[in-house]
Amino acid sequence: MKQVTARPKVLLDVPMHYCPGCTHGVAHRLVAEAIDELGIRGRTIGVASVGCSVFMYNYFDLDFQQAAHGRAPAVATGIKRVLPDRIVFTYQGDGDLAAIGTAEIVHAANRGENITVIFINNAVYGMTGGQMAPTTLLGMRTTTTPFGRDARQAGYPIRVVELLNTLRGPAYLARVALAGPGNIHRAKKAIRRAFQTQVEGKGFSLVEVLSTCPVTWGLPPVEAVRWLEEHMLPEFPLGEFRTPEPREAVLMPLGGGKEG
Amino acid sequence: MERMLMKGNEAIAEAALRAGVQAYFGYPITPQSELPEYMARELPGRGGVFLQAESEVAAINMVYGAGGAGARVMTSTSSPGVSLMQEGLSYLVGAEVPCVIVNMVRGGPGLGNIAPAQSDYFQATRSAGHGDGRLIVLAPSTIQEAADLTILAFDLAERYRNPVMILGDGILGQMMEPVSFPPPVQRQRDLSWATTGAGEGPRRLINSIYLDPDELEQHNLHLLEKYRRAQQEEVRWEAYRMEDARLAVAAYGLAARVARSAVDRARAQGIAAGLLRPVTLFPFPVAAFRQAAEQVRAFLVVEMSAGQMVEDVRLAVEGRAPVRFYGRLGGVVPTPPEVVQQIEQLAAEVAP
Ligand SMILES: Cc1ncc(C[n+]2csc(CCOP(=O)(O)OP(=O)(O)O)c2C)c(N)n1
Ligand code: SF4
Repeated sequence: MKQVTARPKVLLDVPMHYCPGCTHGVAHRLVAEAIDELGIRGRTIGVASVGCSVFMYNYFDLDFQQAAHGRAPAVATGIKRVLPDRIVFTYQGDGDLAAIGTAEIVHAANRGENITVIFINNAVYGMTGGQMAPTTLLGMRTTTTPFGRDARQAGYPIRVVELLNTLRGPAYLARVALAGPGNIHRAKKAIRRAFQTQVEGKGFSLVEVLSTCPVTWGLPPVEAVRWLEEHMLPEFPLGEFRTPEPREAVLMPLGGGKEG
Repeated sequence: MERMLMKGNEAIAEAALRAGVQAYFGYPITPQSELPEYMARELPGRGGVFLQAESEVAAINMVYGAGGAGARVMTSTSSPGVSLMQEGLSYLVGAEVPCVIVNMVRGGPGLGNIAPAQSDYFQATRSAGHGDGRLIVLAPSTIQEAADLTILAFDLAERYRNPVMILGDGILGQMMEPVSFPPPVQRQRDLSWATTGAGEGPRRLINSIYLDPDELEQHNLHLLEKYRRAQQEEVRWEAYRMEDARLAVAAYGLAARVARSAVDRARAQGIAAGLLRPVTLFPFPVAAFRQAAEQVRAFLVVEMSAGQMVEDVRLAVEGRAPVRFYGRLGGVVPTPPEVVQQIEQLAAEVAP
């Protein structure tokens, strides 16, 4: 038999604390594979944020700093500025990055900080029990939008990649989805390219990863993936929005929709 | 040694450079902006990093990142800025990341004004943000001392792996005095704990989360032990004309300069007054005050606040002698005659 895949070296062989079917685990794996493939394990520093991934440092054989809620881009900036030859990445949820940490992400992106941001958009606050996130869809029920998110009361879902794409600072911006093997494969390529952008010193890179939170969505994992495809993809289009060369904003679809 | 005429804010910046500061992150606010401006001019050319952050919240978190990565790092701000930094300070204390924070205090609360004040004493000495945790707090009274204490601050921060605050008032940053700097010293720095991403040895973690209450209690006890050690080894104060004093004036920073003149004037009138000036506000010079309480009939605490350090004096004195308070508020600086009048009154009350 031929071995087609193995545990990435940088990922430690310990059980993860995530709920069954949660895509945080998949995203971790993609980050780990990118680090392994680029051969940057010996010079990478991670910044963990506040949210379900708060303990991610337990799973990676890397130096890590745990940041306050939303502040990971500032923490990463501090690290990268004093250790410019290290590869520094943050891993942040939508509550972390798009609510409390909006200023930090906008300004880190605008400075073109040579860091990589993995942005997990699962449309809710998972850790605190499923409250509304800035990315919660209109009409979506959460514990703090019990009648569905109403734009008049709670505003609209924030499209982070499009927002950051108005800035001149970022070098690489992409949105991917952890829904089906094809999309996951494209997600892996985007995450790898984001790290590659930093390795080449080209500047700020961010990959928004559409993810599922089966537990607070109240759906079994497989249905959660289907729900992501049906409801999140129309609101959050996939693709590479900005690539290092050329600098113009180009929407190169990574391909979305359902897997055949 | 060459002496230079410098503004307080600039002297602190130059001292930090000579102490080997590697990175400065900050956000402009009066009356301390000369400090980041000096850093912006000088630090890049001397091999360091200057970055103007988008807010004090971001600045202190950049400090956390750079400090955690093992750099000598600092920030500076004034009162409303420190309020915004409280979140980060709590994390720095919890994760034991060394750094230096300068607070050039202005009148408050709220936006207040830009006049010099000492009303951030509680904020500085009681707790570094939420949770049990302390800053080491140094309170210079002259510009020379501000420079000297800045160099000390970096060493203390690393020795205790704890943030150290230089607490000055607005005037200290703005006025000019002659200052000289010691030659730079190469220091042996232990970075075995820092997340340098060097990829050798076991992975390192800068963190302040302990979900298990017993573990967090242990961590807190470890922090307390550090503070106890600082209380034994790092307490600094100045006693002026205290040898035969019957009345002690207690003041720090700018207020202590006013108090010193007042003590001289009172002495000229035959009142045996002296000055006790804490240089470390945390750890507070408890023993010096307790000892003075055996000798003097009363204490007069002079502050540019509604009365904050006076609580530490009362705790130290433990009722052995009366403790009176005189303060001016809102950025008003007390004058020597005002303080002399207070001394005279108190002397008359407690005379044998
Ligand atoms: C200053 C602060 N405010 C609030 C919280 C509580 N809190 C913890 S996680 C979280 C939301 C995290 O949601 P998200 O970033 O979307 O990550 P997820 O848990 O969904 O992966 C909140 C509000 C906190 N830890 N700190
Ligand atoms: S709450 Fe949601 S995001 Fe958090 S671990 Fe569970 S499924 Fe994943």
